[in-house]
Amino acid sequence: MTFNFRGAWSIYQRELMRAFRTAFQSLIAPVITTSLYFIVFGSAIGSRMEPIGGIEYAAFIIPGLLMLTLLGETTSNSSFGIYMPRFTGTIYELLSAPVGVAETLIGFVGAAATKSLILAAIILGTATLFVDYEIKYPLYAVGFIMLVAASFSLFGFILGIWADSFEKLGIIPVLILTPLTFLGGTFYSIDMLPEPWDKIALANPIAFLVSGLRWTFYGEADVSIGVSLGLTLGFLAVCTAVIAFIFKTGWRLRE
Amino acid sequence: MRDPILSISGLSKVYKGGTRALDKVDLDIREGEIFALLGPNGAGKTTLIGAVCGLVRPTGGTISAFGHDLGRNWRAARSRIGLVPQELSTDMFETVYRAVSYSRGLFGHAPDKGFIEDVLRSLSLWEKKDSQIRELSGGMKRRVLIAKALAHEPDLLFLDEPTAGVDVELRKDMWQQIAALRERGTTIILTTHYIEEAEEMADRVGIIRKGQILMVDEKAAMMERLGRTEAIITLAQPLSVVPESLSPYPVELRADGTELCYRGGDGSGKGREEIANLTKALVHAGIDFRGIDIHDSSLEDIFVGLVSETEAA
Repeated sequence: MTFNFRGAWSIYQRELMRAFRTAFQSLIAPVITTSLYFIVFGSAIGSRMEPIGGIEYAAFIIPGLLMLTLLGETTSNSSFGIYMPRFTGTIYELLSAPVGVAETLIGFVGAAATKSLILAAIILGTATLFVDYEIKYPLYAVGFIMLVAASFSLFGFILGIWADSFEKLGIIPVLILTPLTFLGGTFYSIDMLPEPWDKIALANPIAFLVSGLRWTFYGEADVSIGVSLGLTLGFLAVCTAVIAFIFKTGWRLRE
Repeated sequence: MRDPILSISGLSKVYKGGTRALDKVDLDIREGEIFALLGPNGAGKTTLIGAVCGLVRPTGGTISAFGHDLGRNWRAARSRIGLVPQELSTDMFETVYRAVSYSRGLFGHAPDKGFIEDVLRSLSLWEKKDSQIRELSGGMKRRVLIAKALAHEPDLLFLDEPTAGVDVELRKDMWQQIAALRERGTTIILTTHYIEEAEEMADRVGIIRKGQILMVDEKAAMMERLGRTEAIITLAQPLSVVPESLSPYPVELRADGTELCYRGGDGSGKGREEIANLTKALVHAGIDFRGIDIHDSSLEDIFVGLVSETEAA
C-alpha cells in the first residue's frame, strides 16, 4: 500500500459530517455575523459614505468581510478538527492507522477547506440580499478564495497541533487574525490612512489578502495582485513545510 | 516453527525527562496465539503496545510485523494491526454505527455493511447502532472500541487492559469474544492486571517490570516450573516434632503443632499425588487428622513472587 485512498476519504467524509452535525455553529452563525456587518457598515453607515475608488462603499467592503469570516472560520474549524481528537484521546486511532501526512492532510485540511468554500458561497449569496455587486474576475476570485481556504486550513491544523489547551486554541484567531483583518483594509482602503500608517499597514500580511481578493472583485487594489498571490503561495508553502516537519518528528502527536 | 508474526528486538523507550519505560525488550509473538503481558502499573505495558501501534516513537531497537519493518513499511504492517486502548476514548457525538464504519475505512478497507453488522451483533451492539456513543455505559463504550478495532479485520489485535472497569458478566462475555477471535486465527496480545484473565485465556505469558521482560513462557510451563501445591492438615492431637516416617515429605508443623503444612510439587499435579501419599503415611503412623485444605498456587502467586524477588534484588 503506498497511499491509503480510502483512509483519506473516510477522514474527509467524517470531518464534513461533523460540520453538518453542527450546522448552526459552522454555517449559520457566520452568515448571521456577516449579515450584521452588511446591515451596520454596508447599509446604515455605508449610505452616508462616499464611494471608494469609484466603488460603492457597501460593495467595497464585501471582499474584506468575506476574508474576515473566511480566515476566522477556516482557522478555527481546521484547528478544532485536529485538536478535539488529541483532547479526547481518539487520536490513538489515527496514529495507529495506515495513514500518513498526505492522507491526514487531504482528510482534515481538505474538509476544512471545503467547508470554507461552502461558507464563502453562502456569504456571497447573503451579500446579494444587501448590495448589488458584480465580480470582475470570477475565476480569479474562486481560485484566490480556494488558495486562502487551503492555506488557512493548513495554518489551523498547525494551530490545533500546537495548542495544548482550549485557551491557546482560541487565542490566535481572536488576538491575531481578527485584529489584523480589521486593520488590513476590510472597511477602508489603505490609501485612506495618513502617513506613516499607510506604510505600516503594509507590514500586515492580511492586508495583502484583502487587497488581492478586492482586486479579483473590482480590478482595484492597494497592492498588485501578483504580490498578493505570491505571498499567499509562500504562506501555503511554509505551512506545508511545518506540517511535514510535524509528521516527521511526531511533535505533539507521538510521544 | 514458523516465523513470528511480531518480532521486537532491543526495543527501548526513554521519555522526555529521562523515564526509561522500555529497556532493550526482546519479544517474539507467534501466529495465532493469545499472549498475555502481565505487569504492575507503570511497568511499560502500554508503552510497548504504543511502540508497535505507532503511538510512541521508540528510542532504539526494531519492530517487525508480518515480515515488514515497522520503521519503513509501516503502512502495510499497520493496516493489519488493531488496537483497543485502555482509555475509553470515543468520539462522543458520533453514532456507534458511523464510528465503527469509519474505522474500517480509515484502515483502507472497502465498506462492507454485512461485516459491520456481524461485528456489532457479536458484541451485542446492534440494537445501539444508532445511539450516540456518549449515551452508552462504560462497558458498552468498551465494546464500541473493540468493534472499531475488529471492523478493519486485524490479524494482530492488541487489547490494553480490555476488562479494566468492566463488570463480571461483561468480562466473561469478553473472554468468549477473545476465544472466538482466536478461532478465526487472530493473534491477540493483551495486557492485564487481572492474573485470572491471563490464566484463563493466554497460551503464553510474559511478565514485564520496569521496562524489562522478566520471563516469557507457555502458561502451563510457567505454572509447572514455578507452581506449588500447599496443603494444611489439621491434626486431632498436636505434635511436637515431625515424625520420622514423614521425613521424605516437605512438611513442617505450624500453629503450635496443631497443623501440618505441606508445600511442594510443581504446577503439573505432582503435589496432589504426594499429598495423597502423605495422608496414607499419616494413617499408617496412627496420626489422626480432622481436615485437609489443599490449594494450588496461581499465576498470581508466581507473579507476586517474581516481582517481589526482583524488587529485593
